[in-house]
Amino acid sequence: MLEIILFYIAASIALIATVLAMTRANAIHALIYLIVSLLAVAVIFFLIGAPFAAALEIVIYAGAIMVLFVFVIMMLNLGEEGDARERGLLQPKIWAGPTLLSLMLFAELLYMISTIEGPVSMQVVTAKDVGLALFGPYVLAVEIAAMLLLAGLVGSYHLGRRYLEREV
Amino acid sequence: MSEQMFPVLLALAILLGGVAGAAVLTWWERRLLGFWQDRYGPNRLGPFGIGQVIADMIKLLTKDDWVPPFADRVVFIFAPTAIVVAMMMGFAVVPFAPDLMIIDVNIGLLFFLGMTSLAVYSVLLGGLASNNKYALLGGLRSAAQMVSYEVFMGLSLMGVVMISGSFSLVDIVAAQTNVWFCFSQVLGLLVFVIAGIAESHRLPFDLPEAEHELTAGFHTEYGGMKFAMFMLGEYLGLMLISCMIVTLFFGGWLGPAFIGHWLPPLAWFALKVLLVINFFVLLRAAIPRPRYDQLMSLGWKVMLPITLVNLVITGAVLLWMEGGF
Repeated sequence: MLEIILFYIAASIALIATVLAMTRANAIHALIYLIVSLLAVAVIFFLIGAPFAAALEIVIYAGAIMVLFVFVIMMLNLGEEGDARERGLLQPKIWAGPTLLSLMLFAELLYMISTIEGPVSMQVVTAKDVGLALFGPYVLAVEIAAMLLLAGLVGSYHLGRRYLEREV
Repeated sequence: MSEQMFPVLLALAILLGGVAGAAVLTWWERRLLGFWQDRYGPNRLGPFGIGQVIADMIKLLTKDDWVPPFADRVVFIFAPTAIVVAMMMGFAVVPFAPDLMIIDVNIGLLFFLGMTSLAVYSVLLGGLASNNKYALLGGLRSAAQMVSYEVFMGLSLMGVVMISGSFSLVDIVAAQTNVWFCFSQVLGLLVFVIAGIAESHRLPFDLPEAEHELTAGFHTEYGGMKFAMFMLGEYLGLMLISCMIVTLFFGGWLGPAFIGHWLPPLAWFALKVLLVINFFVLLRAAIPRPRYDQLMSLGWKVMLPITLVNLVITGAVLLWMEGGF
């Protein structure tokens, strides 16, 4: 019972924070709400029995990726001008189309959830299970992801080096 | 009743103890620094000058709590609380003694890493909301520094996790009954200590607030209680990192194997934490501040390879001991 109450609190925080993240004109305020939303999702992961995924959600998404987002916003330093442009983007003719498509997806999701009986999963997934799955049946995906990351690393190094040489 | 109340009471005790400890640490650090730099430090107020703690507190509490008109008001006020909350949360998984901890989760170590990675927002948002170029530069530096050092802070602990086979801090301490990990994980310890200083951005790695070039870095615009919150967060971070070093590498509540366990577990823990804190103060007294690019290249060109070598060696030795070859 307590888990269900905690779940609904975390879920509603995640929803409210996400809506606020979309509607804020100031990019930094929007990012703070997005971070709150990610933390709420981490709590949900923990509640449905995936503590390892919850920890990774905090360490990687909230703790590293969003820091880089804030970092970029700081470098751009948009200020009032950026806020004004963002406000211009919140016109109905811009958000009407995506909202319609999302509503259709949402209806589909509601239908699917309503057909499932009982709790989705009560099995706890430990760090060991995640590791066994990653390096067992999904090892090919891990290797491909590793190659992709290496390519990204080499590419960014190449771009950065050209920039440095031009400066000198 | 008492079963459920115990973690709550302990959490309150840690909350109060953390704040009081941070206040006393400000005095202790200045006295130690004075000792090592051949001067006195604050020694006038009360026995050994400990009254300085109360004097400083009264001064900070009665200061005008001012928000600059050009600052982003909400974020400006939110920023200093983030670091205190994150660091306090980090204490939830620290095992002070057997059965003396708030929670023993099976992802304790990851929880600690998550909380320290959230603490970066405080410095980052504080620097951004101040709307001041020095603060912005300090915030940018801290973001780059903390995100970089976080990478091998996490990786340096994986050797410990591999040997003990668990993320739970209680299991990690239990795995050190015979040999502390500071002997088998020398490289891991070295990297974790350096990354720990960088994460809590203390001297010599306090580039985000380097006063000789950035006036006061990210907290240039802060004063009064909000400034005190940043300082509280920094000292809490120092205590948390010290607790983690003791837990992960120096056997936590266990006494040294050759002496035996003749002190109560909590006393061993406190003694070791105090020694580690003193070591951090000694570092501050002894090492000058590096240049910013030196700090970053030290991280990526020296620390990261060391951690990777440590991981490979630890993995190979573990496989060899299990007869994998």
